[in-house]
Amino acid sequence: MRMTGARILMECLLEQGVTTVFGYPGATILNVYDELYRYKDRIRHILTAHEQGACHAADGYARSTGQVGVCFATSGPGATNLVTGIATAYMDSSPVVCITCNVDLPLLGKDSFQEVDITGVTMPVTKCNYLVRGVDELADTLREAFAIARSGRPGPVLVDIARNATLEEADYAPLYRQKHGTSGHLAQLMKRSSQDFRAPEPDHRDIDRLVEMILASEKPLLICGGGVVRSRADWEFEELANRIDAPVGITVMGAGGFRGLNRLATGLVGMHGSQASNMAVDACDLLIAVGCRFSDRVALKPDSFARNARVVQIDIDRSEINKNVQTAHHIIGDAKRVLQLLNERLPQLDHAPWKEYVFSFKTQTEYDEAEDRMTPGQVLDAIARVVPRDAVYATDVGQHQMWAIQHLHFEYSGQLVTSGGFGTMGFGLGAAIGAQVGNPDKLVIHITGDGSFRMNLTELATVEHYGLPIVTVLFNNGTLGMVRQWQTLTLEGRHSETTLDRGPDFVKVAEAYGLAGRRVTRAEDFEDALREAIASGRAAVIECAIDIDEMVRPMVGGGRHITQFMID
Amino acid sequence: MNEVKRHTLAVLVDNEAGVLSRVARLFSGKGYNIESLAVGTTHDPAVSRITIELIADERSARLVSMQLRKLICVHSVKRLDPERSIRRELVLFKVSAPSHEARNEIIQIANIFRASIIDVSTGTITLAVIGDESKAEAIQNLLGEFGILELVRTGMVALERGQYTIDEQTKEKGEFDYGKNVL
Repeated sequence: MRMTGARILMECLLEQGVTTVFGYPGATILNVYDELYRYKDRIRHILTAHEQGACHAADGYARSTGQVGVCFATSGPGATNLVTGIATAYMDSSPVVCITCNVDLPLLGKDSFQEVDITGVTMPVTKCNYLVRGVDELADTLREAFAIARSGRPGPVLVDIARNATLEEADYAPLYRQKHGTSGHLAQLMKRSSQDFRAPEPDHRDIDRLVEMILASEKPLLICGGGVVRSRADWEFEELANRIDAPVGITVMGAGGFRGLNRLATGLVGMHGSQASNMAVDACDLLIAVGCRFSDRVALKPDSFARNARVVQIDIDRSEINKNVQTAHHIIGDAKRVLQLLNERLPQLDHAPWKEYVFSFKTQTEYDEAEDRMTPGQVLDAIARVVPRDAVYATDVGQHQMWAIQHLHFEYSGQLVTSGGFGTMGFGLGAAIGAQVGNPDKLVIHITGDGSFRMNLTELATVEHYGLPIVTVLFNNGTLGMVRQWQTLTLEGRHSETTLDRGPDFVKVAEAYGLAGRRVTRAEDFEDALREAIASGRAAVIECAIDIDEMVRPMVGGGRHITQFMID
Repeated sequence: MNEVKRHTLAVLVDNEAGVLSRVARLFSGKGYNIESLAVGTTHDPAVSRITIELIADERSARLVSMQLRKLICVHSVKRLDPERSIRRELVLFKVSAPSHEARNEIIQIANIFRASIIDVSTGTITLAVIGDESKAEAIQNLLGEFGILELVRTGMVALERGQYTIDEQTKEKGEFDYGKNVL
């Protein structure tokens, strides 16, 4: 059937099962939005306040639902506004497809109005990107883009479509998603790889070798990384931990992959890791990291990380093996499948003495209880008491993020949406919008700090317009707390340009956007405010005044040995 | 392990626009200087072969070749062992040859090095030499006396000796394909 490029785009989105798109229109993408107008009963468009918000929303949607998130933006500034969002998705392996339109082909490369070489700009932060010059290549390119975004180690893909390709007509034949690998460039891609179309099996000999290593180990430790979350391998991972009877350290990206309240969980590992996790890393004789790339926030000092252990990496991405930490063994494969195969082969083991050693250390920071002020711990404990167990959390970046991850015990993959790798301040609100749109039946809690919130709080307009009942818990300490903490601990307390002794009045901001706003200074009031906000079913901003010198504890300095706590 | 030396990477890629910059940016992004780079199509017109030489330690060379393998446009990457491969580049020299004697001497040098003389004008001779860097360097030193006006290299190209090819199926290659395969 002959149709315009814009319509082919809509049809291709439907092929992929896309029901929601986040975006912001502009001149070059007009034809696409015109077509969207005709498809609005099948494809819901969420108009954000800024393209960055759209990209974070698509990312939050993807992370919380496991589906590919989609966002639209126009050429030039529209496209470059996506870049931070794309990089955030890239660092955390989140499947996002960004569709931008560029100027007409004859104008391309001539510094035309709102023209930018966005494929060039985003090359380092996308899994792959495409410039579609003509309508004939559009459908195949889109199918390939979605396949690549969600396959293997997921990641963002950008498709830049020259405006003329949205207007031109071409033959379009619908193709089921399962058949996409048989057409176009994607088919060649499939053919040239050495194995067949379906997910190949992990090497069984590698699995057997790991089983032997596990049987020989007296002090095994598991690390639950982001790969467990992306693969939705919660059940398999828990089964493995139970079988080996090993303590489990959890990374920021792995939060939710293993239930935080499980008796084997030792808490966060790394820079702000618990005593138990970090001591276990140092003492273990076998460290099995599942879907973990040993970033510098986990393996702070790669040479001495797990120095008494044989390190085994299970990852879908071969290039992660031995990148940061030298390993003794690795298995390439999807976490879910590898763990299934391991579980089939493993007997029930018992490591009581080792567990006793590990759990003799604290798995959780005991924050001071203060009479005279509200502490972050009190706020988070109230959240844990009041909020339903299946609620989705989106955080921004900084102290509040670490406090939240340390305190709230996530129970399933996708429950926590946080920017771990890129550390994007301003990620939270957009991500919360995406998570709420993708999970309309769940409560979404957005945890943020005053620095992060101010970066992208314009998205409150989106929250209000679409009636998304997101509850924002804002930790206001009047400073860029995490940076201040570093300044206090490592720069002799010179708090250079980190004090945020300025507006706005966040309660008034919330009200200006038509949302409920409330400022609390006492823990009891916070709990009341939170209950009230949840009961109202409407979006609310609850500002929690906390002390400027609250710290995230414990902390190991960057590049230090994992048990060299600066503060505990 | 940390010894800095020359590494030769052979890379098979899609013969498409933008592929070279995707490959090259992996080096620039990590601050590695590409010593030499040569690109051309192969017997399959849809596939180009890139030969890259870089000076780096073992770990960095390994890391960059692993990340190259991840690119969708890359079919295969092989690090060529200098002991087991043939490396050649073509170097063109334009040398000043103002006098009859100078011209004769240059022709003699060319003969010794099996360089071919591809252009002569009053005052200049242009030579083409094929070889590895030691041969090019030797002739460059000799021609230096006459005054080299211009010099251009194609960049090193390399193939493995014997029956080995870049498409060899190894376990590592299979492991890299895994990530691309789960489509």
